[in-house]
Amino acid sequence: MYEIIEKKVMSETVKLMKIKAPLVAKKAKAGQFIILRIDEKGERIPLTIADYDRKKGTVTVIFMEVGKTTKHLGTLNVGDFLLNFVGPLGQPSDIEKYGTVVMIGGGVGIAPLYPIVRELKQMGNYVISILGARNEKLLMLEKEVEKHSDELYITTDDGSKGDKGFVSDVLQKLIDEGRKIGMVMAIGPVIMMKVVANVTRPYKIKTLVSLNPIMVDGTGMCGGCRVSVGNETKFACVDGPEFDGHKVDYDNLMLRNRRFVCEEEESCKLAGV
Amino acid sequence: MAVRKTKYEMAEQSAKERIKNFNEVPYGYNEKTAIEEAKRCLQCKNRPCVDGCPVEIDIPEFIKHIAEGDIDKAVEILKTKTNLPAVCGRVCPYESQCEGECTLKKIGEPVGIGRLERFLADYERKKGVKIPKKAKPTDKKVAVVGAGPAGLTCAGDLAKMGHSVTVFEALHDPGGVLMYGIPEFRLPKEIVKAEVDYIKKLGVEIKYDIVVGKTITVDELMKDYDAVFIGTGAGLPRWLRIPGENLDGVYSANEYLTRVNMMRAYDFPNYDTPVKIGKIVATFGAGNVAMDCARTSLRLGAEKSYIIYRRSDVEMPARDEEIEHAKEEGVIFHLLTNPVKFTGDDKGILKEVECIKMKLGEPDESGRRRPIPIEGSNFKIQIDTALVAIGQSPNPLVPKTVKGLKIGKWGNIETDEDGRTNIPEIFAGGDIATGAATVILAMGAGKRAARAIDKYLKLKK
Ligand SMILES: Cc1cc2nc3c(=O)[nH]c(=O)nc-3n(C[C@H](O)[C@H](O)[C@H](O)COP(=O)(O)OP(=O)(O)OC[C@H]3O[C@@H](n4cnc5c(N)ncnc54)[C@H](O)[C@@H]3O)c2cc1C
Ligand SMILES: Cc1cc2nc3c(=O)[nH]c(=O)nc-3n(C[C@H](O)[C@H](O)[C@H](O)COP(=O)(O)OP(=O)(O)OC[C@H]3O[C@@H](n4cnc5c(N)ncnc54)[C@H](O)[C@@H]3O)c2cc1C
Ligand code: SF4
Ligand code: FES
Repeated sequence: MYEIIEKKVMSETVKLMKIKAPLVAKKAKAGQFIILRIDEKGERIPLTIADYDRKKGTVTVIFMEVGKTTKHLGTLNVGDFLLNFVGPLGQPSDIEKYGTVVMIGGGVGIAPLYPIVRELKQMGNYVISILGARNEKLLMLEKEVEKHSDELYITTDDGSKGDKGFVSDVLQKLIDEGRKIGMVMAIGPVIMMKVVANVTRPYKIKTLVSLNPIMVDGTGMCGGCRVSVGNETKFACVDGPEFDGHKVDYDNLMLRNRRFVCEEEESCKLAGV
Repeated sequence: MAVRKTKYEMAEQSAKERIKNFNEVPYGYNEKTAIEEAKRCLQCKNRPCVDGCPVEIDIPEFIKHIAEGDIDKAVEILKTKTNLPAVCGRVCPYESQCEGECTLKKIGEPVGIGRLERFLADYERKKGVKIPKKAKPTDKKVAVVGAGPAGLTCAGDLAKMGHSVTVFEALHDPGGVLMYGIPEFRLPKEIVKAEVDYIKKLGVEIKYDIVVGKTITVDELMKDYDAVFIGTGAGLPRWLRIPGENLDGVYSANEYLTRVNMMRAYDFPNYDTPVKIGKIVATFGAGNVAMDCARTSLRLGAEKSYIIYRRSDVEMPARDEEIEHAKEEGVIFHLLTNPVKFTGDDKGILKEVECIKMKLGEPDESGRRRPIPIEGSNFKIQIDTALVAIGQSPNPLVPKTVKGLKIGKWGNIETDEDGRTNIPEIFAGGDIATGAATVILAMGAGKRAARAIDKYLKLKK
């Protein structure tokens, strides 16, 4: 059993939780994730490790309430317990010196982006962050990201904050201005990652994306999380979740993420959430 | 009196009834029938059945005690060689092991050794399991990685020898394939739990949610433990490697069975994990895993459940009983048929599989006749779901993260007969060493490794 030590409401649908899980905290690295199960009847869902405190033995997750499990999780409070919390899973990000990096987070993708921003900055990179969301309310971790960035840009689809438009527009502008970019990382909705990869492809800028397929075990046993990368089948839970953005088959990922849409809706309806 | 030529029947749920539920198919012998069946045994001096048993259970001896009505003694004899009799009594391929060697086969059916084993285990469970005496506690600690049959057996035996044992399991339930792979109707999860409880009562501690190689490494375990046993199984699904395999509707057998068994998707939405199969399901392969997939699909409401297999019926690797049960339940077999391509609709949802007819050629390395495609024989089958059950390879996670550990060409951990690896403190056994095999072989490997570990610990001092 894993205790919820802290809970913060980031926005209407986004919550942060610190969970006591000393073994996970001890090993966690930026770019990795955990899988949790709330109770006996619960589903196993993956969430990125947004932060960790090795001394206190806690792991921070930030999640958007999109369906049955994440909504249920959002109703839990400090002192409540999760039945299962396993990790750290997946390969950590390559924290290297690239020179200038552009870090793009969309929506809930900002959460997993944040620790990578922090560590790339600590490595001595010049960090340009671009955060985007549908509207101001869905933006998060702005201050935290800003603290570790040399430049910060914000876009919203409706212009309620920052530039009206998409994160990819800002990226295109930076490229057009002739900025020398060593690496671009994009985490967010699949369609956003696809667009970002399309922007950087003609310029051959190294582009990493973090994929979020449906998972079950997280140990490479089921293959439910398989994604097609450069025409090879990879298991995102052990080979990823980060991959070369220019090689990912995004359309297949979008398709596979819709596998259980009807069932997910049914589940929510029955639970009244 | 002449010996009865056939086994006494074991009552079972009718095929029509059972495809509507997940309850176990056979009911098992009652005491009276068990005694009658035991009386069929000839008590052969040369004991061929024992030679056929991978863990050398003293078969004639336990059968003799059943025949004499001393069931408790029979249980005791059985349990000196197996920690998981209720499991083995249900899933062992007896026909190619003990029963395959039985002298009675010369005149008819062998003694129902598997049925008798199952009877004993169920008898004992109902009565309350006796915890055997343990050796005096030693000051040695052993870490076991993976709570499948290999790991659990090794852990139980080491505990009996007085060592302190901790099992590290990646998933949230113990049992390995017994829990996430083999379905409820063949191996009720209550039985797996009872067998695991027995191992816990021997003093074994099981820690869940620990992916060794990620949460903690074997090298780290070696700092706190005197020896490590690796029993992480063959969990890596193999693929057909044909176009369309990543479409919505194509599952690995592992994903499908894990969703249904471990996550209980058959009870969705009471349980949160979904599974979706549509009306027509095709399972590729013809081993136990494939039969489990095909039969599970019927129970989840599939109108048609196909087995598609590239060789013929004699080469099907599944246990006879599984194939029989599958046929009785209405699974349709497309033999000498190989898939070449999956196609989806405009949304990318699986809609059909293209297959090619095969014929058998000369025997290959496995001794089975090689299937050869018949050119121009391609045809299409409409399907909603495809389940790929063509085998599993050793899970690379642990082997890849242990420095200097010798790995074989299939990604398996190389060991000697007794589970020793090239690193003195590290032992391994079960599917991770042999590639996908059987429960009893995994158990046998766990037992031999426990003895080798005990020897190693005594010398280590
Ligand atoms: C490596 C990885 C890291 C992730 N990190 C975060 C994070 O930090 N914060 C966050 O908010 N979300 C994250 N996600 C997504 C998160 O796992 C899903 O939002 C969550 O599983 C939805 O479950 P639900 O029951 O609430 O919604 P559902 O109604 O079940 O599903 C909503 C959508 O979520 C996806 N989904 C459903 N079940 C799963 C599953 N078992 N595994 C993965 N995706 C699923 C599907 O695309 C689905 O359409 C991550 C996903 C992955 C694979
Ligand atoms: C569907 C199906 C049906 C089968 N039917 C039969 C049958 O009828 N008869 C028969 O004899 N055999 C059958 N088998 C084969 C049999 O189940 C296996 O041979 C046997 O379970 C192998 O035992 P094991 O202990 O080596 O591995 P497993 O049972 O695979 O157990 C390995 C355990 O290790 C855990 N693990 C893996 N990686 C890690 C890690 N990194 N850290 C911690 N833990 C880890 C796994 O989660 C698992 O619990 C079947 C297999 C399947 C899949
Ligand atoms: S071979 Fe058959 S008949 Fe002979 S002892 Fe074994 S079980 Fe009895
Ligand atoms: S989640 Fe099962 S293999 Fe990746």
